[in-house]
Amino acid sequence: MNRVTLRKTLISCALLGAVLLLAIVSMSLLGSERLPARASLCALASLGSSACGLTQDQFDILFQIRLPRILLAAAVGGSLATAGAGYQALLRNPLAEPYLLGISNGAAVGTMISLVFFGAIEWTRPLLAFSGAFAATFAVYRLARGRAGATPERLILAGVIVTTFLSSVIVFVTTLMDATRIRSFTFWLLGDLSGSSKALLPVAITITILGALTLTLHARSLNLLMLGERDAFDLGVEVGRVRMVVFLVASLLVGSSVAASGSVGYVGLVVPHLARLSLGSDNRISIPAAALGGALFVIVADTVARTIIAPRELPVGAITALIGAPLFIYLLKRV
Amino acid sequence: MLEARDLTIAYDHRTAVADLTLSLKAGEITAIIGPNGAGKSTLLRALNGQIPKVAGVIMLDGQPLQRLNRRSISRHIAVVAQEAELRFPVTVLEFVLGGRFAWATNSGWGWETERDLEVANAVINETELRDLSARLMNELSGGERQRALMARALATEAPILLLDEPTANLDLSHQATLLTLVRKRCDQHRSAALVVTHDINLAAQFANNITLMKQGRAVHSGTPQEVLTPEILQEIFEVRVLVDAHPITGGPRVTPIISA
Repeated sequence: MNRVTLRKTLISCALLGAVLLLAIVSMSLLGSERLPARASLCALASLGSSACGLTQDQFDILFQIRLPRILLAAAVGGSLATAGAGYQALLRNPLAEPYLLGISNGAAVGTMISLVFFGAIEWTRPLLAFSGAFAATFAVYRLARGRAGATPERLILAGVIVTTFLSSVIVFVTTLMDATRIRSFTFWLLGDLSGSSKALLPVAITITILGALTLTLHARSLNLLMLGERDAFDLGVEVGRVRMVVFLVASLLVGSSVAASGSVGYVGLVVPHLARLSLGSDNRISIPAAALGGALFVIVADTVARTIIAPRELPVGAITALIGAPLFIYLLKRV
Repeated sequence: MLEARDLTIAYDHRTAVADLTLSLKAGEITAIIGPNGAGKSTLLRALNGQIPKVAGVIMLDGQPLQRLNRRSISRHIAVVAQEAELRFPVTVLEFVLGGRFAWATNSGWGWETERDLEVANAVINETELRDLSARLMNELSGGERQRALMARALATEAPILLLDEPTANLDLSHQATLLTLVRKRCDQHRSAALVVTHDINLAAQFANNITLMKQGRAVHSGTPQEVLTPEILQEIFEVRVLVDAHPITGGPRVTPIISA
């Protein structure tokens, strides 16, 4: 693997960005309702200012339903993959992942509290989801630190403990809900983009972009942290500050994506792994590549989820887990 | 260059290092010797600012250590400790380039400059890793990895080297090679080195000064000839030793006497 340079990073990201754009456009044509390809492309190219011969219904499907959903999938995927890459570098563990560490569950508890107690106030959802994610991150981090430091196994065990504890909290809160909401809620818990609220879309996209940028700007410190906190400290990294930045940013990323779409699992495991496999471990390239690749991955997974048994839909989390769980087992054997 | 005066360090309520005074001078290797748990590694970590002190002062080039920021300390003090964790694949060159972090113009982002690459390649040659520079760290043998750690420390261009049992995993020939490298740095670049080691004979051969530590205190300090005596070693390690003259160097040679 050649050394990573700025040039290589920019070329890789430009390529991934182009593929992502292509995916956004092409996946918006797929779905249970067939849209005329040429007219849809024309309407998309005009950014919705011209209908290009689409009927009002078709135009609404494209711009009010599919495109927001695809963009949200991109934000959720980008967020989770970026957060995963950040946790992995900071915790020196290729198995670290927001869902497996219980951080998504922390955000889920926050979101539920917001739904049950502040249902009408939409902005409390991402805020409480972020608080839940941050609290869960800290709990896992503290639990995983043994006398000999945090071994990969210990970290995963800490994640299991936090996950199961928070799952029982979720069950408690669910009982406070009325029966009609429980079903849609279970779906949401598995990671679901169908019922997502459009109000959160701009928030989610902004947080994804800013979060990925912030972590990329700390990539050189993270490269050293991947080799151990002591080493990083010796070489000049302000370990405490970088750790706090990663915890905050990753919690924001997980919080906003869970508030929007529930706990989509394994994205933070699969995508950074593929990014490192194809581009190397240098975080200056693997973090931005994971952000773009994560967006791509969830867009494709969600398209499969909404078309494979159309007109019925699967939660997207079921698709990502189907791909992610075998990879986890493979990685566990190699760590 | 680096000086500690009346240094005291404590974990919880246990004192690890007590009233220790030590001074590293340009061109000199100082060895720290003592039984397990004497506070040797703790001392080394404190000199780098990693473990907070309870009392005393640490001065780096005449300035109190705690007034300096992390990166400027790292441009002056390099540490070679136990092996790094290698759960992610990195090449030897990437690993060594990590030593250039403190010289980056901005703290987290940025790319290595031509000069960074020059320095890295120079120390890779110096540590005889040239043929391995594109290899992954976790494919190397223990000895090669230790040399890469050394190379990364040298890549920082820090004039002060702190080495924590640098020869622990090395075979006989690599032990000597590594310390020869440290010696050369001290002679040619006027660097100063502190070596924590269990190998008394290696210390006798390479160090200008030896400090013997026991229960957190520096009990004796001086040249190898002055401090490596049967009486002092028995006091420190509670074992009888034979000290005779090395047949080639003439320096002290220490052999423990195991009586049945």
